Amino acid sequence: MYGNAYVENPAATNSLTANEDPIKLAEFEARIAAGEKIEPNDWMPEQYKKQLIRMIEQHAHSEIIGALPEGTWITRAPGFRRKLALMAKVQDEIGHGQLLYSAAETLGKSREDMTNDLISGKSKYSNVFNYPAKTWADSAVIAWLIDAGAIVNQLANSKGSYGPYCRALERICAEESFHLKYGHDNVVFLATGTPKQREMVQDALSRWWEPIMHFFGPPDKMSVHTEVLMRWKVKMGTNDDMRQTFLDMYVPKIWDLGLTLPDPNLKKNEETGKWEYTEPNWEVFKQVINGNGPCNKERLAVRRKAEEKGRWVRNAILRKDAKYVTPLA
Amino acid sequence: MKIVSLDPRVTRENIDAETLEGELQPLDHFETYEVFEQRKRGTHHVHVGNVHAPSHELAMVFAKEQYTRRGQCVNLWVVRTSDIFVTEYMDSDIFETTATKKYREPDAYKVIDRINAFKAREAAKNA
Repeated sequence: MYGNAYVENPAATNSLTANEDPIKLAEFEARIAAGEKIEPNDWMPEQYKKQLIRMIEQHAHSEIIGALPEGTWITRAPGFRRKLALMAKVQDEIGHGQLLYSAAETLGKSREDMTNDLISGKSKYSNVFNYPAKTWADSAVIAWLIDAGAIVNQLANSKGSYGPYCRALERICAEESFHLKYGHDNVVFLATGTPKQREMVQDALSRWWEPIMHFFGPPDKMSVHTEVLMRWKVKMGTNDDMRQTFLDMYVPKIWDLGLTLPDPNLKKNEETGKWEYTEPNWEVFKQVINGNGPCNKERLAVRRKAEEKGRWVRNAILRKDAKYVTPLA
Repeated sequence: MKIVSLDPRVTRENIDAETLEGELQPLDHFETYEVFEQRKRGTHHVHVGNVHAPSHELAMVFAKEQYTRRGQCVNLWVVRTSDIFVTEYMDSDIFETTATKKYREPDAYKVIDRINAFKAREAAKNA
């Protein structure tokens, strides 16, 4: 579950290709333009590698941290069937994290380094997971709409240029179609249930709307940067494109249930075919992503605790003459 | 400061919000094993990804958890990544079939014209 909302590294504002061999660069770009995939040991521009590592790593962290707000509700799920389904979903998310860490590792960053950077706060993950899941209805809204947003993003990225990332995403998208159905079923159940259940799901939806709008990242500024990353098929659509696709697919479904969204300006402009909305507060977004959200500390503390508690087990079974090589694909 | 959470399990853990105890060292999360899955008897095993594990036995456990969550699978292989020898993509020209090896392709053998010509000749002879 990952959106486009990662923070650009401000130091990388110079040309992304400044120090690259022009002949190799041209071959590389021709390969991508022809629709071929790039594989781990191929020549690639330094910035291509850097941007991909950052993006895939953040995606992996998002899967792992994203399991926490939902996992909260496993012990209190209403009924055995819901509990089983939620457990399966949370297990899927952890598995997706593993797949993505492996894809990032093929680019040369070890899993240990990625975990260290997550725990120390150096690496980011999707901002939405810094918000609490206050009620069962929150877990329903997350499973439906955050996963929906992630699927929009992941389907686009699975057509990208880096082979290992595409392969991981195809597997992930296949599994996540169940998440989406499960989440929708949950929301529909609450929205068509008792007045109390409706009230719960409406409340959750209203609280999650801004984080969902944030999920796709700040509005695009078409910098040279974005243009190159799109040419390299690292970024497969602008943040606003992804947000529009999501709104187009899901706002009608939300309104169908008689639920409301906390934005009086939200409507589709029939002439342009585009959705109009009030910009979410991007200052809040910045604050949360920089560590000041309601749950940032808890998420990292829980992750760190898991690492510490598992350490003695891992140490006990370490193979002394293990030799690390970069995963192949 | 201790973490206080909406999740009672987290609160019970009594976790410090700030401390950072020892970083992970290389190989703390083990080496990798490549995973090959056979979906149906009679088909090839296909590479599906890798897992981090300390032994073949655990690699098998993780591979089952990770790669056979949906659909069917009848057989799994795991093999240490470091035991696999690979070619380089930059050398992939070694796989190119040259025109001089056309004799290895089925479409290098076209007999129908010759057969037809033979039949025509025979027919003329017998006419």
